[in-house]
Amino acid sequence: MLDDKDRIFRNLYGFQGWQVDAARKRGDWDGTAKLMANGPDWIVEQIKAAGLRGRGGAGFPAGVKWGFMPKQPDPARPNTLVINADESEPGTCKDREIMRHEPHKLIEGALLAGFAMRAPHAYIYIRGEYQAEARRLQAAIDEAYDKGLLGKNAAKSGYDFDLYLHQGAGAYICGEETALLESLEGNKGQPRIKPPFPANVGVWGYPTTVNNVETIAVVPTILRRGATWFTSFGRERNAGTKIFCISGHVERPCNVEEAMSIPLKELIERHAGGVRGGWDNLLAVIPGGSSVPCIPKSVCDDVLMDFDALKEVQSGLGTAAVIVMDKSTDIVRAIARISYFYKHESCGQCTPCREGAGWMWRVVNRMAEGRSSREEIDMLWDVSKQVEGHTICALGDAAAWPVQGLIRHFRDEIERRIDHYTAASAVAAE
Amino acid sequence: MMTVTQDGGPFEFTAENRAEADKHIAKYPDGRQKSAVMPLLWLAQRQNGGWLSREAIEYVAGVLDMPTIKVLEVATFYTMYNLRPVGRYHIQLCGTTPCWLRGADTVLKACYDFGLEKGKVTHDGQFSLIEVECLGACCNAPTVQINDDYYEDLDYQGMTRILESLARGETPPPGSQRGRRSSEPEGGLTSLTEVEQ
Repeated sequence: MLDDKDRIFRNLYGFQGWQVDAARKRGDWDGTAKLMANGPDWIVEQIKAAGLRGRGGAGFPAGVKWGFMPKQPDPARPNTLVINADESEPGTCKDREIMRHEPHKLIEGALLAGFAMRAPHAYIYIRGEYQAEARRLQAAIDEAYDKGLLGKNAAKSGYDFDLYLHQGAGAYICGEETALLESLEGNKGQPRIKPPFPANVGVWGYPTTVNNVETIAVVPTILRRGATWFTSFGRERNAGTKIFCISGHVERPCNVEEAMSIPLKELIERHAGGVRGGWDNLLAVIPGGSSVPCIPKSVCDDVLMDFDALKEVQSGLGTAAVIVMDKSTDIVRAIARISYFYKHESCGQCTPCREGAGWMWRVVNRMAEGRSSREEIDMLWDVSKQVEGHTICALGDAAAWPVQGLIRHFRDEIERRIDHYTAASAVAAE
Repeated sequence: MMTVTQDGGPFEFTAENRAEADKHIAKYPDGRQKSAVMPLLWLAQRQNGGWLSREAIEYVAGVLDMPTIKVLEVATFYTMYNLRPVGRYHIQLCGTTPCWLRGADTVLKACYDFGLEKGKVTHDGQFSLIEVECLGACCNAPTVQINDDYYEDLDYQGMTRILESLARGETPPPGSQRGRRSSEPEGGLTSLTEVEQ
């Protein structure tokens, strides 16, 4: 188990203050200018060496991403850091805790990451529903300006840096990086075709990097404690600590920061009080936010919580949002509700997603009642494969994967319902 | 015929909101003032009692020198812009899987039993109810958002208490309704126990 001294977010639950004085006691803003004196490339190298992979779902190495930004920016097109605080993937509620309880980690991280990518400014895009969190974060930003930690000569580093907060207004798709940039420009949040990639042409045509809140907020601690410290947690290529969000049928749902590669069972039993009714009462887990395929208990027994281990079992770490379902769960309805989510949130731009997400929802919904056929299960699989990988952004994949997970592991349950419904209809017809 | 927008009478920002709007516009690079359309619509919605009238949308378009249709496009794309009047207490109940697993249906039933209907404003204008997608508070499910505030760790009784309290004109404290500080495990910390609380 991770020691408290190795936890980055020591005020995850908000028992202490969020203001700069309390944050300083936790080590924030300690020697920031000294870190920056090592130069932007040093920061990028440290983050690469730490093996920090993006915490927003896709898991792309953060240092590598920063390295794509122009080294000699055109003053007319300044490099821009955009921080994705549009936390909306069902099951995920970690960035909210960072923003309301550890806002200075995010702000200091924005300065360090912004400096590393030679950006004079950063924009935080926060989901519209997080009103209280936005007020808190803005208060912390104002505080940072007052204390000289942002603005001209930020934190006495000699570097000028501005940080702005932008509030969304209800659209899951804006968590997709190019949809987010469209939204930031004042448009509908519809993803852009890549290339060009944001590092070449991002918001307002400026070279842009989009990073998740947690990715940015861990940067100061990694730079202070060193890449080797960070890589001492988790398996190779899966380094570091991570906030896990454990929801659903556990005794004590919670957010918790743990070492990467912790066994799923240990995570649930140690921190969330175990599965409701005991481990043997477990049916399935969605281990990385609603878009990743579910895994049945037999896989949950010994799977590790990291990018590679979950990929090997045909699922994913995603945002590390662990949705637990015990044996009382109507698994077909649980997935149908997720299908409804993606149908609702499809931006409508690509036909396979716009039409496919709704079609899949309607079919899974019928299957929950058994109003279907075995052939239709094959057709559902087939359609999900036609949606997956055939859209501009990953929302099409996100709509397809939960359905595929359902069929992969619970086909017999769907068939049982179909048989039951068919038999009952035959009796009714007699 | 149902139109996309509804008339609400003449609209312009109060002096205070106009100043607030200028602060938003100043966040974006020169010539990119259109980026402020979302915060300005939000300001307008607040000033207008929780919804955006046709006049408010046209007004925002004027402030930002944008074609009205572009502003309307934004107002119709994002779900938090209400294009019809809502209740004084606008209740957004999360029905997505993590909340559903923890009993969102019973919270919805509490709303129904209190006399609320999805998509409707009560006759006295006090309450409106809609079901929304994931609110991002899944470790404190089930959750509803009432105006700006999140009410978490709900059950039938808890939701009923909140509705009754609002009906009496009180402001029930937001956050966990089971006494949790935030998203820590209930009944004893499993981490951060050595950190000074």
